[in-house]
Amino acid sequence: MLEIKNLHVKLEEEDKVILRGVDLKIGAGEVHAIMGPNGSGKSTLSYVLSGRDGYEVTEGSAQLEGAELLEMEPEERAAAGLFLAFQYPVEIPGVGNMTFLRTAVNAQRKARGEAELSAGDFLKVVRERAKLLKIDADMLKRPVNVGFSGGEKKRNEILQMAMLEPKMCILDETDSGLDVDAMKLVAEGVNALRSEGRSFLVITHYQRLLDHITPDVVHIMAAGRIIKTGGPELALEVENNGYADLLAGVA
Amino acid sequence: MARAKPKSDALEPRLAALRFDESGWQAAARSDALARLTAIGLPGRRDEYWRYTDPSLLNAAQITPTAPLANDAEVFAKIEALKIVFVDGVFDAERSDPLGMEGVSIEPLSAATGDIHWARDLYGVLEARGQNPVARPLAAMNTAFATEGCLIRVTGHPLKPISIVYISESMASDVILHHCIKVESAAEVTVLESGQAAGRLNGVMEVELADGARFHHIRAQGRDAARLEVTHLFARIGKDANFKSFTMSGNGRLTRNEAVLELLGDDSSAHVAGTALGDGAFHHDDTVFITHAAERCESRQVFKKVLKNGAVGVFQGKILVKQGAQKTDGYQISQALLLDGDSQFLAKPELEIYADDVKCSHGSTSGAIDETALFYLRSRGVPLAKAQALLVLSFLAEAIGEIEDEALAAAVQARLEDWLHGDAA
Repeated sequence: MLEIKNLHVKLEEEDKVILRGVDLKIGAGEVHAIMGPNGSGKSTLSYVLSGRDGYEVTEGSAQLEGAELLEMEPEERAAAGLFLAFQYPVEIPGVGNMTFLRTAVNAQRKARGEAELSAGDFLKVVRERAKLLKIDADMLKRPVNVGFSGGEKKRNEILQMAMLEPKMCILDETDSGLDVDAMKLVAEGVNALRSEGRSFLVITHYQRLLDHITPDVVHIMAAGRIIKTGGPELALEVENNGYADLLAGVA
Repeated sequence: MARAKPKSDALEPRLAALRFDESGWQAAARSDALARLTAIGLPGRRDEYWRYTDPSLLNAAQITPTAPLANDAEVFAKIEALKIVFVDGVFDAERSDPLGMEGVSIEPLSAATGDIHWARDLYGVLEARGQNPVARPLAAMNTAFATEGCLIRVTGHPLKPISIVYISESMASDVILHHCIKVESAAEVTVLESGQAAGRLNGVMEVELADGARFHHIRAQGRDAARLEVTHLFARIGKDANFKSFTMSGNGRLTRNEAVLELLGDDSSAHVAGTALGDGAFHHDDTVFITHAAERCESRQVFKKVLKNGAVGVFQGKILVKQGAQKTDGYQISQALLLDGDSQFLAKPELEIYADDVKCSHGSTSGAIDETALFYLRSRGVPLAKAQALLVLSFLAEAIGEIEDEALAAAVQARLEDWLHGDAA
């Protein structure tokens, strides 16, 4: 599904190198987790894959089903099936959540040459998927993320994911700022979307989220590189011993 | 530096083309206004009140005609309303609806002849009051020379809004229009204005709200790129009365919209808001003066401008709280979204307060589109141009939110979307 090869990235504005040769291969239907200490480059990886400004790729490639992501505009990547759940979802006053969702869904359909969804069909689907995430009619009507609690914002991200039906989902610290109940709700939303044709990359600091979203593969990232790859037990090791041992092992 | 000509030199040629009508019930008001204008002279760049806006195109004896914009659809076409049509400044009975409606009497100014008329207490009276403490010479010129407009007296609750529709068939037209609106005690009316009135328009609207009256005003200014327009909105607001005015402007070489509102009765409110979209040779000036002269009154000024390719936006807004106007609640916000580095926003917010128990706040900002929000939308698959348009609408939302009526707000929103997506295409 996603294949990243030798990815090197620096900041555009300054000479700071963030990623120093990331290699990662995620198969269809797999769930991978990336863990790592602050500043290791986890969030940068998610931004570079989704096409945020401010980064310069100096080497390497990232392909989604064989198509080179790094040459596409952010909206093209989205239409190709990539989705990033933001660590800090953005508030957009004056634009209704429903309008936003419908604009996004139909823009993607249009980009893929599919027919746009009618208002009625869209409403039906949105209500059904919102219900699963305990998002009520009021939240759908309100401006995008405005006045939403931390948990509501993250649930709203998952709703967008459910509506856009991406092939490759990246979750950037979706667990940050969530209490246990909210995290369970978000995890349930994600698990409901797991399927053979859909892959996930879950970026997190803690093992906690991985209790609810069980990964197939866990990677540890440090200083812009993936330094260790293993099964779910690797996450537990981090939880018990911290990163220090792993980092020392590499150095 | 070249010395500016004495103002009186410019006044003579400007007035030469205008006909002074000495007959009828407005005669005294016209003579007084002409005397005021002669004493004040035309506005000039040296006047503090015209520091950010060059009035020379408004002062010029003649205008340079251009071709009018074709197919500019009427913004409020889908709103069921009583339509009053002016073509290049002349009332057009055939294109207008019959002027009868329950709860209101409507008359074109040109038809209101004779020596006695209810509007005598209003015509030029509010304009004259509005000359202090700041002179507004172009409004005095309007009172002196206007021969057309609407006289509207509201005594009840008319079922439909009154929609004043302007059509310009010749951009050579240089037009003065003067409207007087009197809303009697506990009566209520919605007045819409839309369309291109002329190549150059000098418009005045005087509004008197008796106790408990409600007035809603929504205006969509014409969008010809060469449009020149100066408007003055004067209002005297009684006890428990509510005044609301919203203006949408797009394009136009030069626009100066002044609002001079007086809260004279306790527990009344005045809201004035506007959105302006400017591209290129565009200069848009909102100048607002709100006086609180009674207790527990509320006022709001909400102005948003979106500027690109060298467009200029100006906001001069003042809240004057007189002695004794306790528990005043005044709010003022003016913001510009600059879509490039060539555009400019100039703001002068002012508060002058002579009461000790009041709440007044004001803010003014100018900035670019939020890159994070733009990326957020694009990452969901919304193409760049559409994402920008959505964020512009998001920026304008607070001002559009000032329109109470949902259908009217939707009509304004639809027109804005049209413009923005037209831009995007």
